[in-house]
Amino acid sequence: MKEKIRIAAGQGFWGDLIDAPYHQVTKGHIDYLILDYLAEVTMSILQKQKNKNHELGYAKDIPELMRKILPIITTKKIKVITNGGGVNPISCANALLKVAKEIGIKNLKIGVVLGDDIKDRLDELITGGAELKNMETDKPIAAVKEKIVSANVYFGAFPIVEALEKGADIIITGRTTDTGLTLAPMIYEFGWKVNDYDLLSAGTIAGHILECGAQSSGGNFLGDWQSIPDMAEIGFPIAEAFPNGEFIITKHLNTGGLVSFETVAEQLVYEIGDPKSYITPDCVADFTSIKLADLGNDRVKVFDIKGFPETEFYKVSCSYEDGYSSVATLTYSYPQALTKAKAADEILRKRLSNLNLQFDEIRTEFVGYNSTHGPLSKILDEEDINEIMLRVAVRGKDYNAIERFGKEIAPLILTGPPSVTGFAGGRPKPSQVIAYWPALIPKKFVKPIVKMLEL
Amino acid sequence: MKIKLSDIAHGRSGDKGDAANIGIIAYDSAGYEIIKQNLTVEKVKEHFEGICFGNVERFELPNLLALNFLLHNTLGGGGTVSLKHDAQGKTLASALLRMEIEV
Repeated sequence: MKEKIRIAAGQGFWGDLIDAPYHQVTKGHIDYLILDYLAEVTMSILQKQKNKNHELGYAKDIPELMRKILPIITTKKIKVITNGGGVNPISCANALLKVAKEIGIKNLKIGVVLGDDIKDRLDELITGGAELKNMETDKPIAAVKEKIVSANVYFGAFPIVEALEKGADIIITGRTTDTGLTLAPMIYEFGWKVNDYDLLSAGTIAGHILECGAQSSGGNFLGDWQSIPDMAEIGFPIAEAFPNGEFIITKHLNTGGLVSFETVAEQLVYEIGDPKSYITPDCVADFTSIKLADLGNDRVKVFDIKGFPETEFYKVSCSYEDGYSSVATLTYSYPQALTKAKAADEILRKRLSNLNLQFDEIRTEFVGYNSTHGPLSKILDEEDINEIMLRVAVRGKDYNAIERFGKEIAPLILTGPPSVTGFAGGRPKPSQVIAYWPALIPKKFVKPIVKMLEL
Repeated sequence: MKIKLSDIAHGRSGDKGDAANIGIIAYDSAGYEIIKQNLTVEKVKEHFEGICFGNVERFELPNLLALNFLLHNTLGGGGTVSLKHDAQGKTLASALLRMEIEV
Protein backbone atom coordinates (compact mmCIF):
# COMPACT_ATOMS: atom_id res chain seq x y z
CA MET A 1 0.00 0.00 0.00
CA LYS A 2 1.25 3.49 -0.81
CA GLU A 3 1.95 5.71 2.21
CA LYS A 4 0.34 8.68 0.53
CA ILE A 5 -1.04 9.75 -2.82
CA ARG A 6 -1.31 13.18 -4.37
CA ILE A 7 -4.56 13.89 -6.21
CA ALA A 8 -4.70 17.08 -8.27
CA ALA A 9 -7.71 19.06 -9.46
CA GLY A 10 -7.41 20.10 -13.10
CA GLN A 11 -10.82 21.63 -13.91
CA GLY A 12 -13.56 23.11 -11.74
CA PHE A 13 -16.14 23.09 -14.54
CA TRP A 14 -16.25 22.85 -18.33
CA GLY A 15 -14.82 26.18 -19.35
CA ASP A 16 -12.20 26.46 -16.61
CA LEU A 17 -8.57 27.46 -17.31
CA ILE A 18 -7.59 25.31 -20.30
CA ASP A 19 -3.95 24.87 -19.25
CA ALA A 20 -4.57 24.07 -15.57
CA PRO A 21 -4.33 20.27 -16.09
CA TYR A 22 -1.05 20.73 -18.00
CA HIS A 23 0.41 22.75 -15.12
CA GLN A 24 -0.77 20.13 -12.61
CA VAL A 25 1.09 17.32 -14.41
CA THR A 26 4.26 19.32 -15.10
CA LYS A 27 4.95 21.61 -12.13
CA GLY A 28 5.44 18.94 -9.49
CA HIS A 29 4.68 15.38 -8.47
CA ILE A 30 1.11 14.02 -8.56
CA ASP A 31 -0.35 10.51 -8.78
CA TYR A 32 -3.86 11.31 -10.02
CA LEU A 33 -5.38 14.10 -12.09
CA ILE A 34 -9.10 14.76 -11.58
CA LEU A 35 -11.10 16.59 -14.25
CA ASP A 36 -14.63 17.65 -13.31
CA TYR A 37 -16.50 18.89 -16.36
CA LEU A 38 -20.15 18.42 -15.51
CA ALA A 39 -22.72 20.84 -14.21
CA GLU A 40 -26.45 20.16 -14.52
CA VAL A 41 -26.75 22.49 -17.50
CA THR A 42 -23.82 20.73 -19.18
CA MET A 43 -25.70 17.41 -19.40
CA SER A 44 -28.56 18.93 -21.40
CA ILE A 45 -26.15 20.75 -23.73
CA LEU A 46 -24.23 17.51 -24.33
CA GLN A 47 -27.44 15.55 -24.94
CA LYS A 48 -28.49 18.09 -27.58
CA GLN A 49 -25.10 17.73 -29.28
CA LYS A 50 -25.51 13.94 -29.24
CA ASN A 51 -29.01 14.23 -30.72
CA LYS A 52 -27.50 16.06 -33.70
CA ASN A 53 -24.47 13.76 -34.03
CA HIS A 54 -24.38 10.43 -32.20
CA GLU A 55 -20.56 10.58 -32.04
CA LEU A 56 -20.75 13.68 -29.81
CA GLY A 57 -22.08 14.36 -26.31
CA TYR A 58 -18.85 14.55 -24.29
CA ALA A 59 -16.48 17.35 -23.25
CA LYS A 60 -14.70 18.00 -26.54
CA ASP A 61 -11.77 19.60 -24.69
CA ILE A 62 -10.65 16.16 -23.50
CA PRO A 63 -9.05 14.73 -26.69
CA GLU A 64 -7.18 17.99 -27.31
CA LEU A 65 -6.02 18.16 -23.70
CA MET A 66 -4.87 14.55 -23.91
CA ARG A 67 -2.85 15.21 -27.05
CA LYS A 68 -0.82 17.58 -24.90
CA ILE A 69 -0.56 15.61 -21.66
CA LEU A 70 -0.66 11.92 -22.68
CA PRO A 71 3.12 11.69 -23.27
CA ILE A 72 3.66 13.25 -19.83
CA ILE A 73 1.17 11.17 -17.85
CA THR A 74 2.24 7.89 -19.44
CA THR A 75 5.90 8.62 -18.60
CA LYS A 76 5.14 9.79 -15.07
CA LYS A 77 2.44 7.14 -14.51
CA ILE A 78 -0.22 9.68 -13.56
CA LYS A 79 -3.76 8.33 -13.78
CA VAL A 80 -6.56 10.58 -15.02
CA ILE A 81 -10.15 10.39 -13.79
CA THR A 82 -12.84 12.49 -15.45
CA ASN A 83 -16.61 12.72 -15.70
CA GLY A 84 -16.23 14.53 -19.02
CA GLY A 85 -17.68 11.53 -20.85
CA GLY A 86 -20.99 13.34 -20.36
CA VAL A 87 -23.78 11.48 -22.19
CA ASN A 88 -21.35 9.62 -24.46
CA PRO A 89 -18.36 8.26 -22.51
CA ILE A 90 -17.63 5.54 -25.11
CA SER A 91 -17.25 8.06 -27.94
CA CYS A 92 -15.05 10.15 -25.65
CA ALA A 93 -12.84 7.10 -24.98
CA ASN A 94 -12.66 6.29 -28.71
CA ALA A 95 -11.68 9.87 -29.52
CA LEU A 96 -8.97 9.61 -26.89
CA LEU A 97 -7.69 6.30 -28.27
CA LYS A 98 -7.51 7.88 -31.72
CA VAL A 99 -5.38 10.73 -30.37
CA ALA A 100 -3.17 8.26 -28.46
CA LYS A 101 -2.60 6.24 -31.62
CA GLU A 102 -1.77 9.38 -33.62
CA ILE A 103 0.95 10.42 -31.20
CA GLY A 104 2.38 6.93 -30.83
CA ILE A 105 1.28 6.01 -27.29
CA LYS A 106 1.37 2.27 -26.54
CA ASN A 107 -0.26 0.14 -23.85
CA LEU A 108 -3.02 2.48 -22.78
CA LYS A 109 -6.00 1.16 -20.83
CA ILE A 110 -9.15 3.24 -20.61
CA GLY A 111 -11.92 2.37 -18.18
CA VAL A 112 -15.37 3.62 -19.12
CA VAL A 113 -18.21 3.86 -16.58
CA LEU A 114 -21.66 3.45 -18.14
CA GLY A 115 -25.21 2.87 -16.97
CA ASP A 116 -25.97 6.33 -15.55
CA ASP A 117 -27.94 7.43 -18.62
CA ILE A 118 -31.58 6.39 -18.04
CA LYS A 119 -33.22 8.66 -20.62
CA ASP A 120 -34.25 5.75 -22.85
CA ARG A 121 -35.29 3.61 -19.87
CA LEU A 122 -37.76 6.03 -18.28
CA ASP A 123 -40.94 4.18 -19.34
CA GLU A 124 -39.57 0.84 -18.16
CA LEU A 125 -38.42 2.34 -14.84
CA ILE A 126 -41.74 4.09 -14.18
CA THR A 127 -43.66 0.89 -14.99
CA GLY A 128 -41.27 -0.99 -12.72
CA GLY A 129 -42.19 1.26 -9.79
CA ALA A 130 -39.56 4.01 -9.83
CA GLU A 131 -41.73 7.08 -9.33
CA LEU A 132 -39.04 9.70 -9.98
CA LYS A 133 -41.14 12.31 -8.18
CA ASN A 134 -39.68 15.80 -8.09
CA MET A 135 -37.73 16.07 -4.83
CA GLU A 136 -38.75 19.70 -4.37
CA THR A 137 -42.38 19.77 -5.53
CA ASP A 138 -43.37 16.08 -5.09
CA LYS A 139 -44.99 16.13 -8.56
CA PRO A 140 -44.96 12.91 -10.65
CA ILE A 141 -42.56 12.90 -13.60
CA ALA A 142 -45.43 12.32 -16.07
CA ALA A 143 -45.95 16.12 -16.00
CA VAL A 144 -42.73 16.69 -17.97
CA LYS A 145 -41.88 13.29 -19.42
CA GLU A 146 -42.49 14.21 -23.06
CA LYS A 147 -40.22 17.24 -22.78
CA ILE A 148 -37.24 15.50 -21.15
CA VAL A 149 -33.86 16.21 -22.78
CA SER A 150 -31.56 14.20 -20.51
CA ALA A 151 -31.90 11.90 -17.48
CA ASN A 152 -28.88 10.68 -15.55
CA VAL A 153 -28.19 8.90 -12.29
CA TYR A 154 -25.32 10.16 -10.14
CA PHE A 155 -22.93 7.26 -9.54
CA GLY A 156 -20.33 7.37 -6.79
CA ALA A 157 -16.71 6.29 -6.47
CA PHE A 158 -16.99 2.49 -6.63
CA PRO A 159 -17.43 2.01 -10.40
CA ILE A 160 -14.21 4.04 -10.83
CA VAL A 161 -12.51 1.82 -8.23
CA GLU A 162 -13.53 -1.20 -10.31
CA ALA A 163 -11.93 0.36 -13.39
CA LEU A 164 -8.74 1.07 -11.42
CA GLU A 165 -8.67 -2.55 -10.23
CA LYS A 166 -8.90 -3.65 -13.86
CA GLY A 167 -5.77 -1.64 -14.58
CA ALA A 168 -7.22 1.51 -16.15
CA ASP A 169 -4.78 4.37 -16.74
CA ILE A 170 -7.58 6.76 -17.66
CA ILE A 171 -11.17 6.58 -16.47
CA ILE A 172 -13.98 8.30 -18.28
CA THR A 173 -17.43 8.39 -16.72
CA GLY A 174 -20.80 9.87 -17.44
CA ARG A 175 -22.68 11.44 -14.53
CA THR A 176 -20.49 10.64 -11.54
CA THR A 177 -20.55 12.82 -8.43
CA ASP A 178 -17.77 15.38 -8.45
CA THR A 179 -16.59 14.09 -5.08
CA GLY A 180 -16.47 10.46 -6.26
CA LEU A 181 -13.67 11.31 -8.70
CA THR A 182 -11.35 12.16 -5.80
CA LEU A 183 -12.59 9.50 -3.38
CA ALA A 184 -12.07 6.61 -5.83
CA PRO A 185 -8.25 6.61 -5.93
CA MET A 186 -8.13 6.70 -2.12
CA ILE A 187 -10.40 3.64 -1.87
CA TYR A 188 -8.30 1.86 -4.50
CA GLU A 189 -4.84 2.72 -3.15
CA PHE A 190 -5.60 2.35 0.56
CA GLY A 191 -7.98 -0.61 0.40
CA TRP A 192 -10.89 1.19 2.07
CA LYS A 193 -14.08 -0.87 2.38
CA VAL A 194 -17.67 -0.01 1.46
CA ASN A 195 -18.53 0.38 5.14
CA ASP A 196 -15.51 2.47 6.19
CA TYR A 197 -17.84 5.42 6.49
CA ASP A 198 -15.44 7.79 8.25
CA LEU A 199 -12.78 7.15 5.61
CA LEU A 200 -15.23 7.39 2.72
CA SER A 201 -16.49 10.68 4.17
CA ALA A 202 -12.93 11.98 4.44
CA GLY A 203 -12.33 11.20 0.76
CA THR A 204 -15.68 12.75 -0.12
CA ILE A 205 -14.79 15.97 1.67
CA ALA A 206 -11.40 16.03 -0.07
CA GLY A 207 -13.43 15.78 -3.27
CA HIS A 208 -15.65 18.67 -2.23
CA ILE A 209 -12.55 20.81 -1.65
CA LEU A 210 -11.10 19.92 -5.08
CA GLU A 211 -14.27 19.90 -7.18
CA CYS A 212 -14.36 23.62 -7.92
CA GLY A 213 -10.71 23.87 -8.89
CA ALA A 214 -8.92 27.00 -7.68
CA GLN A 215 -11.88 28.09 -5.56
CA SER A 216 -10.01 26.44 -2.66
CA SER A 217 -6.59 27.86 -3.54
CA GLY A 218 -7.34 31.58 -3.58
CA GLY A 219 -9.82 32.06 -6.41
CA ASN A 220 -13.14 33.78 -5.69
CA PHE A 221 -11.88 34.40 -2.15
CA LEU A 222 -14.09 36.83 -0.26
CA GLY A 223 -11.74 37.34 2.69
CA ASP A 224 -8.78 39.62 2.04
CA TRP A 225 -8.83 38.88 -1.67
CA GLN A 226 -6.24 41.50 -2.51
CA SER A 227 -3.71 39.61 -0.39
CA ILE A 228 -3.84 36.56 -2.70
CA PRO A 229 -0.52 36.42 -4.55
CA ASP A 230 -0.21 36.12 -8.33
CA MET A 231 -3.73 35.11 -9.29
CA ALA A 232 -2.67 35.21 -12.96
CA GLU A 233 -0.68 32.02 -12.40
CA ILE A 234 -2.92 30.53 -9.75
CA GLY A 235 -2.06 26.97 -8.70
CA PHE A 236 -4.95 24.52 -8.61
CA PRO A 237 -5.42 22.50 -5.40
CA ILE A 238 -3.87 19.13 -4.63
CA ALA A 239 -5.01 16.70 -1.92
CA GLU A 240 -2.16 14.76 -0.35
CA ALA A 241 -4.06 11.81 1.10
CA PHE A 242 -3.07 9.25 3.74
CA PRO A 243 -4.48 5.78 4.49
CA ASN A 244 -5.98 6.91 7.83
CA GLY A 245 -8.26 9.42 6.09
CA GLU A 246 -6.23 12.51 6.92
CA PHE A 247 -5.26 14.71 4.01
CA ILE A 248 -3.42 17.92 3.31
CA ILE A 249 -4.69 20.46 0.82
CA THR A 250 -1.80 22.13 -0.96
CA LYS A 251 -0.63 23.26 -4.44
CA HIS A 252 2.55 23.08 -6.47
CA LEU A 253 5.50 25.24 -5.43
CA ASN A 254 6.09 28.40 -7.44
CA THR A 255 2.46 28.84 -8.44
CA GLY A 256 0.15 31.72 -7.56
CA GLY A 257 -2.84 31.68 -5.25
CA LEU A 258 -3.03 30.69 -1.59
CA VAL A 259 -4.04 27.64 0.42
CA SER A 260 -4.98 28.72 3.95
CA PHE A 261 -7.55 27.93 6.66
CA GLU A 262 -9.73 30.69 5.16
CA THR A 263 -9.51 29.68 1.50
CA VAL A 264 -10.29 26.04 2.33
CA ALA A 265 -13.09 26.97 4.76
CA GLU A 266 -14.80 29.08 2.09
CA GLN A 267 -14.87 26.13 -0.29
CA LEU A 268 -16.14 23.82 2.47
CA VAL A 269 -19.26 25.94 3.00
CA TYR A 270 -19.89 26.31 -0.75
CA GLU A 271 -23.15 24.86 -2.07
CA ILE A 272 -23.91 22.77 0.98
CA GLY A 273 -27.23 22.26 2.75
CA ASP A 274 -27.40 20.60 6.17
CA PRO A 275 -23.70 20.21 7.03
CA LYS A 276 -24.35 17.12 9.17
CA SER A 277 -25.80 15.32 6.19
CA TYR A 278 -23.84 15.72 2.95
CA ILE A 279 -25.37 12.88 0.97
CA THR A 280 -23.46 11.03 -1.74
CA PRO A 281 -23.97 7.56 -3.27
CA ASP A 282 -21.03 6.31 -1.15
CA CYS A 283 -21.71 7.73 2.31
CA VAL A 284 -23.24 10.61 4.26
CA ALA A 285 -20.45 12.96 5.36
CA ASP A 286 -20.62 15.14 8.46
CA PHE A 287 -19.11 18.57 7.73
CA THR A 288 -19.41 19.54 11.41
CA SER A 289 -16.75 16.93 12.25
CA ILE A 290 -14.07 18.42 9.97
CA LYS A 291 -10.96 19.77 11.67
CA LEU A 292 -8.62 22.12 9.82
CA ALA A 293 -5.04 22.95 10.78
CA ASP A 294 -3.21 25.60 8.79
CA LEU A 295 0.38 24.30 8.61
CA GLY A 296 1.63 27.37 6.72
CA ASN A 297 3.38 27.40 3.33
CA ASP A 298 0.14 26.63 1.46
CA ARG A 299 -0.57 23.46 3.43
CA VAL A 300 -3.83 22.87 5.32
CA LYS A 301 -4.35 19.59 7.15
CA VAL A 302 -7.91 18.20 7.18
CA PHE A 303 -8.67 15.45 9.71
CA ASP A 304 -11.01 13.82 12.25
CA ILE A 305 -13.83 13.45 9.69
CA LYS A 306 -16.86 11.36 10.61
CA GLY A 307 -19.53 9.89 8.40
CA PHE A 308 -22.53 7.62 8.18
CA PRO A 309 -23.88 4.86 5.91
CA GLU A 310 -25.06 5.72 2.42
CA THR A 311 -28.78 5.93 1.64
CA GLU A 312 -30.73 3.40 -0.46
CA PHE A 313 -31.14 5.86 -3.31
CA TYR A 314 -29.23 7.36 -6.17
CA LYS A 315 -29.97 10.95 -7.09
CA VAL A 316 -31.31 11.45 -10.61
CA SER A 317 -31.06 14.67 -12.57
CA CYS A 318 -33.42 15.12 -15.50
CA SER A 319 -33.47 18.18 -17.70
CA TYR A 320 -36.52 19.21 -19.69
CA GLU A 321 -37.53 21.93 -22.14
CA ASP A 322 -39.52 24.65 -20.43
CA GLY A 323 -40.22 27.47 -22.90
CA TYR A 324 -37.95 30.29 -24.05
CA SER A 325 -36.15 33.31 -22.71
CA SER A 326 -34.32 36.34 -24.03
CA VAL A 327 -32.07 38.96 -22.47
CA ALA A 328 -31.46 42.48 -23.80
CA THR A 329 -29.14 45.24 -22.61
CA LEU A 330 -28.68 48.94 -23.40
CA THR A 331 -26.23 51.36 -21.77
CA TYR A 332 -27.19 54.92 -20.70
CA SER A 333 -24.58 57.54 -19.83
CA TYR A 334 -24.29 60.51 -17.48
CA PRO A 335 -26.16 62.70 -16.73
CA GLN A 336 -29.27 61.08 -15.16
CA ALA A 337 -28.15 57.64 -16.34
CA LEU A 338 -30.41 55.74 -13.95
CA THR A 339 -33.44 57.94 -14.66
CA LYS A 340 -32.96 57.43 -18.40
CA ALA A 341 -32.63 53.65 -18.01
CA LYS A 342 -35.78 53.54 -15.86
CA ALA A 343 -37.68 55.63 -18.42
CA ALA A 344 -36.55 53.33 -21.24
CA ASP A 345 -37.77 50.31 -19.25
CA GLU A 346 -41.19 51.93 -18.79
CA ILE A 347 -41.47 52.75 -22.49
CA LEU A 348 -40.45 49.20 -23.44
CA ARG A 349 -42.97 47.64 -21.06
CA LYS A 350 -45.75 49.86 -22.37
CA ARG A 351 -44.97 48.81 -25.96
CA LEU A 352 -44.86 45.12 -24.99
CA SER A 353 -48.21 45.55 -23.26
CA ASN A 354 -49.71 47.36 -26.28
CA LEU A 355 -48.63 44.40 -28.41
CA ASN A 356 -50.49 42.06 -26.04
CA LEU A 357 -47.48 39.81 -25.70
CA GLN A 358 -47.74 37.12 -23.04
CA PHE A 359 -44.75 36.35 -20.81
CA ASP A 360 -44.40 34.24 -17.68
CA GLU A 361 -41.98 36.80 -16.31
CA ILE A 362 -40.37 40.12 -17.24
CA ARG A 363 -37.42 41.17 -15.12
CA THR A 364 -35.60 44.50 -15.19
CA GLU A 365 -32.25 45.13 -13.54
CA PHE A 366 -29.97 48.14 -13.63
CA VAL A 367 -26.38 46.92 -13.94
CA GLY A 368 -24.17 49.37 -12.09
CA TYR A 369 -26.88 49.91 -9.52
CA ASN A 370 -28.89 46.91 -8.32
CA SER A 371 -28.38 43.78 -10.44
CA THR A 372 -26.47 41.90 -7.74
CA HIS A 373 -27.74 43.12 -4.36
CA GLY A 374 -31.26 44.19 -5.36
CA PRO A 375 -33.08 46.17 -2.65
CA LEU A 376 -29.91 46.21 -0.51
CA SER A 377 -28.29 48.59 -3.02
CA LYS A 378 -27.75 52.06 -1.66
CA ILE A 379 -29.70 54.77 -3.42
CA LEU A 380 -27.13 56.74 -5.38
CA ASP A 381 -26.94 60.43 -6.20
CA GLU A 382 -27.35 60.66 -9.99
CA GLU A 383 -24.37 63.02 -10.03
CA ASP A 384 -22.19 60.10 -8.90
CA ILE A 385 -23.37 57.68 -11.58
CA ASN A 386 -21.36 57.68 -14.81
CA GLU A 387 -23.42 55.07 -16.61
CA ILE A 388 -26.04 52.37 -16.14
CA MET A 389 -26.73 49.27 -18.18
CA LEU A 390 -30.43 48.50 -18.52
CA ARG A 391 -30.92 44.73 -18.53
CA VAL A 392 -34.36 43.37 -19.37
CA ALA A 393 -35.07 39.63 -19.52
CA VAL A 394 -38.27 37.80 -20.47
CA ARG A 395 -39.36 34.19 -20.23
CA GLY A 396 -42.46 32.43 -21.57
CA LYS A 397 -43.95 29.54 -23.50
CA ASP A 398 -44.72 31.53 -26.69
CA TYR A 399 -41.66 31.58 -28.96
CA ASN A 400 -43.09 34.36 -31.12
CA ALA A 401 -43.65 36.64 -28.14
CA ILE A 402 -40.06 36.13 -26.98
CA GLU A 403 -38.77 36.76 -30.49
CA ARG A 404 -40.86 39.94 -30.83
CA PHE A 405 -39.42 41.20 -27.53
CA GLY A 406 -36.00 41.05 -29.19
CA LYS A 407 -37.23 43.34 -31.96
CA GLU A 408 -38.38 46.02 -29.50
CA ILE A 409 -34.91 46.78 -28.07
CA ALA A 410 -32.96 48.55 -30.84
CA PRO A 411 -35.86 50.94 -31.59
CA LEU A 412 -35.39 52.40 -28.09
CA ILE A 413 -32.19 54.03 -29.34
CA LEU A 414 -34.01 56.33 -31.77
CA THR A 415 -37.36 56.47 -30.00
CA GLY A 416 -36.44 56.72 -26.30
CA PRO A 417 -34.22 58.60 -23.82
CA PRO A 418 -30.88 60.01 -25.08
CA SER A 419 -27.17 59.14 -24.66
CA VAL A 420 -27.68 55.44 -25.17
CA THR A 421 -25.36 52.87 -26.73
CA GLY A 422 -24.32 49.25 -26.55
CA PHE A 423 -26.47 47.59 -29.15
CA ALA A 424 -23.90 46.08 -31.47
CA GLY A 425 -24.74 42.42 -31.29
CA GLY A 426 -27.99 42.48 -33.26
CA ARG A 427 -31.41 41.45 -32.01
CA PRO A 428 -31.35 39.14 -29.00
CA LYS A 429 -32.59 35.70 -30.07
CA PRO A 430 -34.85 33.47 -28.00
CA SER A 431 -32.99 30.67 -26.26
CA GLN A 432 -34.56 27.51 -24.99
CA VAL A 433 -35.07 27.31 -21.23
CA ILE A 434 -33.90 24.04 -19.75
CA ALA A 435 -35.37 23.25 -16.35
CA TYR A 436 -34.32 20.54 -13.88
CA TRP A 437 -36.16 17.70 -12.34
CA PRO A 438 -34.28 16.36 -9.34
CA ALA A 439 -35.48 12.93 -8.17
CA LEU A 440 -34.40 9.83 -6.28
CA ILE A 441 -34.28 6.27 -7.57
CA PRO A 442 -33.84 3.10 -5.47
CA LYS A 443 -30.35 1.74 -6.17
CA LYS A 444 -31.70 -1.65 -7.30
CA PHE A 445 -33.04 -0.12 -10.54
CA VAL A 446 -29.66 0.88 -11.97
CA LYS A 447 -26.31 -0.87 -12.21
CA PRO A 448 -23.05 0.81 -13.16
CA ILE A 449 -21.20 -0.97 -15.99
CA VAL A 450 -17.43 -0.78 -16.35
CA LYS A 451 -16.04 -1.35 -19.81
CA MET A 452 -12.34 -1.54 -20.65
CA LEU A 453 -10.86 -0.30 -23.93
CA GLU A 454 -7.23 -0.90 -24.76
CA LEU A 455 -4.60 0.30 -27.16
CA MET B 1 -21.01 50.33 18.64
CA LYS B 2 -22.03 49.28 15.14
CA ILE B 3 -19.78 47.06 13.05
CA LYS B 4 -20.11 45.66 9.57
CA LEU B 5 -20.37 41.90 9.35
CA SER B 6 -17.52 42.02 6.80
CA ASP B 7 -15.21 43.33 9.58
CA ILE B 8 -15.43 40.03 11.45
CA ALA B 9 -16.35 37.43 8.83
CA HIS B 10 -16.02 36.30 5.22
CA GLY B 11 -17.94 33.70 3.24
CA ARG B 12 -19.09 32.23 -0.05
CA SER B 13 -22.47 31.74 -1.69
CA GLY B 14 -23.88 29.59 -4.47
CA ASP B 15 -26.98 27.85 -5.74
CA LYS B 16 -28.88 24.74 -4.81
CA GLY B 17 -31.78 24.75 -7.26
CA ASP B 18 -33.92 27.79 -6.51
CA ALA B 19 -32.32 28.13 -3.06
CA ALA B 20 -29.18 30.13 -2.40
CA ASN B 21 -26.60 28.83 0.05
CA ILE B 22 -24.61 31.40 2.00
CA GLY B 23 -21.76 30.23 4.22
CA ILE B 24 -20.45 32.85 6.64
CA ILE B 25 -17.12 32.22 8.39
CA ALA B 26 -15.86 34.27 11.35
CA TYR B 27 -12.17 35.19 11.47
CA ASP B 28 -11.87 34.13 15.14
CA SER B 29 -13.89 32.53 17.93
CA ALA B 30 -14.99 35.89 19.36
CA GLY B 31 -16.37 36.70 15.93
CA TYR B 32 -18.09 33.33 15.80
CA GLU B 33 -19.94 34.10 19.05
CA ILE B 34 -21.11 37.41 17.54
CA ILE B 35 -22.39 35.86 14.31
CA LYS B 36 -23.97 32.96 16.20
CA GLN B 37 -25.95 35.39 18.36
CA ASN B 38 -26.77 37.99 15.75
CA LEU B 39 -27.32 36.15 12.48
CA THR B 40 -30.66 34.67 13.41
CA VAL B 41 -33.02 33.21 10.84
CA GLU B 42 -35.35 36.20 11.34
CA LYS B 43 -32.60 38.78 10.86
CA VAL B 44 -31.26 37.12 7.72
CA LYS B 45 -34.77 36.84 6.28
CA GLU B 46 -35.39 40.53 7.02
CA HIS B 47 -32.02 41.51 5.50
CA PHE B 48 -32.96 39.77 2.25
CA GLU B 49 -36.46 41.23 1.97
CA GLY B 50 -37.29 41.56 -1.72
CA ILE B 51 -34.65 38.94 -2.60
CA CYS B 52 -35.58 35.86 -0.56
CA PHE B 53 -39.24 34.88 -0.96
CA GLY B 54 -39.10 31.57 0.93
CA ASN B 55 -38.01 30.41 4.35
CA VAL B 56 -34.47 30.65 5.68
CA GLU B 57 -32.71 27.65 7.24
CA ARG B 58 -29.65 28.05 9.46
CA PHE B 59 -26.98 25.48 10.33
CA GLU B 60 -24.02 25.81 12.70
CA LEU B 61 -20.47 24.61 11.95
CA PRO B 62 -18.57 25.59 15.12
CA ASN B 63 -15.58 23.56 13.91
CA LEU B 64 -15.10 26.02 11.04
CA LEU B 65 -16.39 29.06 13.00
CA ALA B 66 -19.11 29.12 10.37
CA LEU B 67 -22.84 29.34 9.82
CA ASN B 68 -24.57 28.05 6.72
CA PHE B 69 -27.83 29.52 5.48
CA LEU B 70 -30.23 28.17 2.90
CA LEU B 71 -32.46 30.87 1.44
CA HIS B 72 -35.36 29.20 -0.32
CA ASN B 73 -37.21 30.70 -3.32
CA THR B 74 -34.44 33.22 -3.93
CA LEU B 75 -32.93 32.67 -7.38
CA GLY B 76 -35.91 33.29 -9.67
CA GLY B 77 -36.34 29.61 -10.46
CA GLY B 78 -32.63 28.73 -10.45
CA GLY B 79 -30.48 27.27 -13.21
CA THR B 80 -31.26 28.43 -16.72
CA VAL B 81 -34.88 29.22 -15.76
CA SER B 82 -33.78 32.28 -13.78
CA LEU B 83 -33.82 35.67 -15.46
CA LYS B 84 -31.59 37.17 -12.78
CA HIS B 85 -28.19 38.58 -13.71
CA ASP B 86 -26.87 36.68 -10.68
CA ALA B 87 -28.88 33.50 -11.30
CA GLN B 88 -26.58 31.42 -9.10
CA GLY B 89 -26.50 33.73 -6.08
CA LYS B 90 -22.74 34.13 -6.37
CA THR B 91 -22.84 37.67 -4.96
CA LEU B 92 -25.21 37.03 -2.06
CA ALA B 93 -22.46 36.29 0.49
CA SER B 94 -21.15 39.82 -0.01
CA ALA B 95 -24.75 41.05 0.25
CA LEU B 96 -25.09 39.43 3.68
CA LEU B 97 -21.69 40.79 4.76
CA ARG B 98 -23.12 44.33 4.29
CA MET B 99 -25.23 43.79 7.39
CA GLU B 100 -24.53 46.09 10.34
CA ILE B 101 -24.40 44.54 13.79
CA GLU B 102 -24.63 46.25 17.19
CA VAL B 103 -21.88 44.96 19.51
